[in-house]
Amino acid sequence: MNADVEAAVADAHRREWGYVLAATIRVTGDLDTAEECVQDAYARALSSWSSSGIPDRPGAWLTTVARRAALDQLRRRSTESRKLPLLVQEAVPAPSDESELPAVTDDRLRLIFTCCHPALAPEAQVALTLRLVCGLTTAEVARAFLVSEPTMAARITRAKKKIASARIPYRVPPLVELPARIDAVTTVVHLVFTTGHTAPVGADLVRRDLVERARHLARVLRTLLPDNTEVAGLLALIVLTDVRRPTRTDAGGHLVLLPDQDRSAWDPGAIAEGIALAREALSRRPPSRFALMAAIAAVHAEAPSWEATDWAEIVALYDLLLPVWPSPIVALNRAVAVGFAEGPAAGLAALERLATEPLLASYSYLAAARADFLRRLGRLAEARLAYEEALLLNENSVEREFLSRRLAQLDG
Amino acid sequence: MAHYLLLIYGDEQALDAAGDEATAAILAGHAAFGEANQGTIRAGDALEHTGSATSVRRGQNGSFVITDGPFAETKEALGGYYLVEAADLDEALTLAKQVPSPFGGIEVRPIRTFD
Repeated sequence: MNADVEAAVADAHRREWGYVLAATIRVTGDLDTAEECVQDAYARALSSWSSSGIPDRPGAWLTTVARRAALDQLRRRSTESRKLPLLVQEAVPAPSDESELPAVTDDRLRLIFTCCHPALAPEAQVALTLRLVCGLTTAEVARAFLVSEPTMAARITRAKKKIASARIPYRVPPLVELPARIDAVTTVVHLVFTTGHTAPVGADLVRRDLVERARHLARVLRTLLPDNTEVAGLLALIVLTDVRRPTRTDAGGHLVLLPDQDRSAWDPGAIAEGIALAREALSRRPPSRFALMAAIAAVHAEAPSWEATDWAEIVALYDLLLPVWPSPIVALNRAVAVGFAEGPAAGLAALERLATEPLLASYSYLAAARADFLRRLGRLAEARLAYEEALLLNENSVEREFLSRRLAQLDG
Repeated sequence: MAHYLLLIYGDEQALDAAGDEATAAILAGHAAFGEANQGTIRAGDALEHTGSATSVRRGQNGSFVITDGPFAETKEALGGYYLVEAADLDEALTLAKQVPSPFGGIEVRPIRTFD
């Protein structure tokens, strides 16, 4: 076994897991057996590719091996009793022999819609998507969402049981239901992205693996639903936000805010792609939440510098976003943009209106934004109190370190 | 095909306060639902208000404790049900959306099968 083979298997695991699993589920009709067969196929790839070389299309190789194992299981299973009913599938007969396997259509979409079915709890949707579509282990999913492994295992098991017992179908929803169902899918992918983009707790600002998974999922959705403007908006948002990743921390791992980031390090190709996608997403009327968020990210990405940012445009976009997505966090971001469009006093006034918002009471960014405006207004004693409040509420060590530095600068 | 129980929950006080016209509209809604889904509805009934409910709990030493009222007091009480046949949850949810429930909503429960 050599390093090339190990790398190829790891790469195929990252890229192709959902594809191989989704195709195998079509044969087994249940999630657990399919997962076993796919795990087995990856294990076999390690030895087989070492002796006979890495195949040209690893995904196809893995799919064939996993489906063959699934067919063997099916033959054995006919005599065994089953614990769970089979997944509800469209009336496509399960192939009885490997030679009859139909060309692999993209079953990933079925799998994604099943994992993100609104009858499953939101946290279960995210967990199932990461586990089944992205191939993360239960331990990895547990780490990503800061719960213990037994808790996450129970959550995944419960969700799988509900899929079987309530008969959540393994299929792409009909056209009339698609908008609502796409919304659930994009929400899940966006949550994976934001969880990765600013890790809620811990030493690293970014959980790169989660960001990569989210971008990969968005790209898969884009490939499978090329005409969907909601998906275009989501991918645009991810691409345009992530373009800042290399400049969000300095060499020492310290947080660098958008005004101080080195924009010359942003990938112009990614910006161009993101802007084209955002434009496409905005073509739908009324524009969706992700289209508007992507448009805001696009304004930032296009601005040559912080000072030259079109803040009036950003405030206008937030004014459109707020009715589509009436979240206190959006209102907070709008208030911050007002502070740059019209000055810190106007920003502070906009923030004051959010002071009684219960959902923001323990949100450190509200205190941090207020501290920043107070500092710029020269109201240093109040700024100090606000920075101290923000520090109390923040658990990300990179962000805490930034707030502490700002606090120390007030005295200097 | 599978069976699902559509449990109709609603605020009884709001229903009582709604008046005769609203009540007639709800009944007409159920009649229309029944007619449109004749092939899939296996059973269905409206229940008397929870004020008429009696709960029987098992006490100590094989005795029973009888209490006045529903098993659990909730703002939205069970007021009726349909037993329907559906291929999958999506079909059952489509049916549930058609059931009149102006003062509450529908809980969809798959019927468990033993084999």
